[in-house]
Amino acid sequence: MKKIVVLAKQVPDTANVTGDAMKADGTVNRAALPAIFNPEDLNALEMALMIKDKIGGEVIVISMGPPKAVEILKHSLYMGADRVMLITDRKFAAADTLATSYVLAEAIKNIGNVDLVLAGRQAIDGDTAQVGPQVADKIGYNQVTYVSKLKEFTDDYLIVERDGEVQTEVIKTVYPVLLTVTAEANTPRYPNCRKMLQYFRVDLKDNFSEDEFSVAEENDWILPTCSMDDLGLEEDRCGLKGSPTKVHKIKSIMLKGGDLKMYGTETTDIRQLVRDIMKDYVGVN
Amino acid sequence: MKSVVFIEKNPINNQLRNVSLELTHKAYTLSTPLGGEVVGIFTGDSLPENCDELFQFGMSRLVYFTDERLAHLHSIAYKHILETMINSESPDIVLFGATHTGRDVAPLIASSLKTGMTADCTQLYIDDYKDKGKILYQMRPAFGGNILATIITPDHRPMMATVREGVMLLPDERLNFPVKTEVFPIDFNELWIKSEFLEIVPKVKKVDFNSANIVVSGGAGVGSGENFRLIRELARALGGEVGASRAAVDFGFVEKDHQVGQTGSVVRPKLYIACGISGQIQHRAGMEESQKIIAINKDPDAPIFNIAHMGIVGDLNEIIPVMLRYLKEEG
Repeated sequence: MKKIVVLAKQVPDTANVTGDAMKADGTVNRAALPAIFNPEDLNALEMALMIKDKIGGEVIVISMGPPKAVEILKHSLYMGADRVMLITDRKFAAADTLATSYVLAEAIKNIGNVDLVLAGRQAIDGDTAQVGPQVADKIGYNQVTYVSKLKEFTDDYLIVERDGEVQTEVIKTVYPVLLTVTAEANTPRYPNCRKMLQYFRVDLKDNFSEDEFSVAEENDWILPTCSMDDLGLEEDRCGLKGSPTKVHKIKSIMLKGGDLKMYGTETTDIRQLVRDIMKDYVGVN
Repeated sequence: MKSVVFIEKNPINNQLRNVSLELTHKAYTLSTPLGGEVVGIFTGDSLPENCDELFQFGMSRLVYFTDERLAHLHSIAYKHILETMINSESPDIVLFGATHTGRDVAPLIASSLKTGMTADCTQLYIDDYKDKGKILYQMRPAFGGNILATIITPDHRPMMATVREGVMLLPDERLNFPVKTEVFPIDFNELWIKSEFLEIVPKVKKVDFNSANIVVSGGAGVGSGENFRLIRELARALGGEVGASRAAVDFGFVEKDHQVGQTGSVVRPKLYIACGISGQIQHRAGMEESQKIIAINKDPDAPIFNIAHMGIVGDLNEIIPVMLRYLKEEG
């Protein structure tokens, strides 16, 4: 029986910036982007569920974020997570990776006796890949990053493949350990219909009316949350205050127009293009 | 303004990774105008064979600790050793390559030092900030490359940043700094070794963007893995390398090693031919520094035309075969 914590983040779908999300000036309208489950966090969750399916265990998905992040936690329940928790507080706003990892690490310590922590390699909104290792440092666990395959696991150890850029490394590690997982590692399962029926009413306490509340409580529909005070955190280490990095300036990237020479699609036009390429580039070093 | 640069080698050929040279030069341009020096820190089983080259790009000293137990990336051991070296140098700036090693170890150190770290910077410069004096300004794309953020670490030292390979350019001229390497004494602790490396399988490198003058890339518009053959043929005919957008990789037209962009490789060839690539910001982040860009796309409104120098609006599956025919004739 392993106790497995999965770190999950809700992110704007930056990979699919299409027409509607572009403003007239060529910049991205961030508000128009749909919020999704960070893709590699789904791979981390899948890995946790695979381990649980085979050797048994409890899969707990935690996410630090605004109330809206309930969506990905419900999705986690649909996929087969045993428990979820939303770590949410206005005081967490504008946290950089140092402040975020502090909060997540304290939440993991609070859960206690965690054997395995799994996280996506990186989130697609920031692409920093820092939070996983920084959590590992704070909870004092061994880490393996860029895990591209789970090869073998027992109650005592895990054997994984790590994408070492120029080489693939086959690594054996004992528990406790934190792994960051890449998209190559597996294919996340679909939500389970029975679980969707079981959990579709799950929501934050505040979203139930007084009348509904007792029914919600009886049926276990209330999604657990955790605030800064619940975790007994130091305010100075949370959110903007606890973040050594500050965003000094943000510039939206605009498409720049340049000198563009257009060619037609007649064979003579294409021949001209080929000649222009040959003249300047082929055989030139 | 003293800089420390993490020096890394390719374990397969025992040579420096290019990013170590690139960052040494970058650190040199940041530190020396303010009277600071650049110190390299290295740990592993043995020094890279060509580490003398670092001194041609502005390094003053290379501090190192080697032990055969460090042949592989034992994150916790690396963290303790490098952190001890950093503490002993007390630099203002610490730079790591945003490699799979740098991105593993650097965050551990930043966490332990409780300082700020900015990942995957594309520009670094020094300037004044309020009453704090000179600080490091770190520019990086975020939000899938749709914004460019300038990040600062005004109140903590060191200011840490990672930079991807190929982003900072090497100068043509070489410096002639004396080679100075120093062993750093470390009280090695066996408990730092937590993982067992059972097997190492070198990756066969199929793609080499660094030495390619021409890159021919295909995107979603190529339509199928079968059609992607045209991209390969055009690349071969021009003596170039095959690139791809993330969409082409996601659709399975081509292997991920070929991906160019924010999450793939950064390339800057003399000529970049984008075929059936719309030119999302993700992709542009990896290729817009190319000297010349040719776009072939069915959609006249595709954003790629905004950065291209030459363009054809049309079906690449019709245009490329004609190009191949003329390339044969002209060549």
